[in-house]
Amino acid sequence: MTTAVSVDTEVLRDLLATMWRIRAFEERVGALKRADEVHGLIHLSIGGEGVAAAVCRQLRDDDAVYSGHRAHGHALAKGAPLHRTMAELMGREGGLCQGMGGSMHLVDVAHGFLGATGVVGGNIPLALGSALAARQKDSDAVTVVFFGDGAVQAGLFTESVNLATLWRLPVLLVCENNGFAEFTPRSAHTTVERVSDVVGPYPLPRQTVDGNEVADVWTAFSGLLARARAGEGPALLECLTHRLRGHYEGDPDRYREAVSTEDWQRKDPILRLQRAGHDAGWLTGSESFEADARAEVEEAVTWARSSPFPSTVPGELR
Amino acid sequence: MGTVEPLPVDRAGGAPMTAELTCAKAISTTIAQAMRADPDVFVLGEDVSAGGPFTTTAGLVEEFGAARVIDTPISEAAICGVAVGAAQSGLRPVLEIMYVDFITLALDQLVNQAAKAHFMSGGQLTVPMVLRTQGGAGQRAAAQHSQSLEAWLTHVPGLTVVMPSGAADAAGLLASAIASPGPVVVVENKVLYFRREPVPDPVQPIPLGEAAVRRPGRDVTVVALSRMVGEALAAADELAAEGIEVEVIDPRTLVPLDLETIVESVRRTNRLVVAHEAVLHGGFGAEVAAAVQHAAFDDLDAPVERVGAPFQPIPLSPPLEDAYLPGAAEIRAAVLATLGRVPA
Repeated sequence: MTTAVSVDTEVLRDLLATMWRIRAFEERVGALKRADEVHGLIHLSIGGEGVAAAVCRQLRDDDAVYSGHRAHGHALAKGAPLHRTMAELMGREGGLCQGMGGSMHLVDVAHGFLGATGVVGGNIPLALGSALAARQKDSDAVTVVFFGDGAVQAGLFTESVNLATLWRLPVLLVCENNGFAEFTPRSAHTTVERVSDVVGPYPLPRQTVDGNEVADVWTAFSGLLARARAGEGPALLECLTHRLRGHYEGDPDRYREAVSTEDWQRKDPILRLQRAGHDAGWLTGSESFEADARAEVEEAVTWARSSPFPSTVPGELR
Repeated sequence: MGTVEPLPVDRAGGAPMTAELTCAKAISTTIAQAMRADPDVFVLGEDVSAGGPFTTTAGLVEEFGAARVIDTPISEAAICGVAVGAAQSGLRPVLEIMYVDFITLALDQLVNQAAKAHFMSGGQLTVPMVLRTQGGAGQRAAAQHSQSLEAWLTHVPGLTVVMPSGAADAAGLLASAIASPGPVVVVENKVLYFRREPVPDPVQPIPLGEAAVRRPGRDVTVVALSRMVGEALAAADELAAEGIEVEVIDPRTLVPLDLETIVESVRRTNRLVVAHEAVLHGGFGAEVAAAVQHAAFDDLDAPVERVGAPFQPIPLSPPLEDAYLPGAAEIRAAVLATLGRVPA
């Protein structure tokens, strides 16, 4: 059932820690949103931590990542400091973007997180441009772009797949297919169930994996990454995930059946990896990943609260 | 601020070095000069290796190769996004969107990505890209290949918008655009491409945001964009014969606008006409008129007059297109209106 044994246990421990940091961050952000301490439209990635961790933790700082509106996990996994990410969501001066962008527009250039974007599909060609720049500069850096299954119905997706394959760009297209585009099931938007089938005619490797099985995501992405880094061109990785929360915080989420607690405990990428770790013996029960993550998030909240709101819009930021 | 650009002198301090070039040749010359100076500069767009329909990129692929002069599919949205992403990662793309009419397809990338990235990232990202395109009617190309859409672009904070009126400015402004740290849209005009004029050799950058006074005059200020600069000068010649001295100002850059030069002129002439080929309704002339009346209300002796096209799509039929297009006659009538006179 699980391929966890094929991935180094140190890697798996790191992935578990990364997922807990994202989970703790997202749960805290949800609460802060309800308390009106974080601002704007908030899209949480609870349930999708495995994909963010397994992809981003294989990347270097000089590899670029673009994400969409559900971007917190990708940014954190790529290395964005937790406290500055939290401060950005709160619109504080100490935020990653000085409080100018917020949740849907996180950017952390120092760690190669070139940005979240709030327009579905709008990030895909940006990633191609970044990949083109790496190649023009004789670097073996790659670019990863995360998008949801909803973005696949945008014309930009097809335009970009065409260009990426035509130019054999070092770009990795990672689709998080959670089956819902905003409020609407995929079946109401398209007749093609699997995103990996959408790119059928194009010469690029494509794989569909269970996004809740973090070791599978790691293994699949690892192969595609090696190819892209070696100059062998783009690839598509489709990760089947579950969005535990609504589309955004505050979404009453009446359009789909609630997943049962039992069901979710089976699927949850964190619990699943923990079970695998206990079964295989690389977890002993004395670990404190969750507690460490929650403590780190609390420190981040305290830090962010102490950061002032920006006094004025810097004049040079035009 | 706004002056007639002096031509550069050669290194020995003698006569200015110029070459007589068409606007199209001035553009390709400028791009080549920038590509020689900076390996990060590259060109992408539809048919660019073939020079494009107006030869503005002719000869580049021969000198720089297909890796730096990149032909793209007809995917305006994606190629604009590629340019934005490449610029965010350290290149200096010069993107061609063949007709400004097709910029509609690329607007998400231009407006939501390119224009906002620097601001929204708290200054972390820069987007040093140039989007070259061309507009304007007069070639019987009808309503989807003839528009003047610059006003849309001037409405988006974060974009610099340039409209050259001749070969020398097309070259000098493009050189500055390529060197600019932020996104610049250069809207050229198709009927100007094959007009010749002296262009400094090598091309000298013309600062963005500085208007040029094309003709000094004491009676009425005419601010004209792109092709309308030539029309304004023609009108000024006619009016001079009637004893009316028109000052013609070419803003060259719409954003940022050199309002100071315009206002200084209006304070002397007390009358203003703004002329563009775009439809009057919602046109850039409205912005100039509003800004000038706010800055110099007490200096105005007459309402600001605007010259532009009627609020309708551009017709194909030659006599209808000719009637549609504003030109020297409309500018002359507007100048006379500011003087309270009816055109003869």
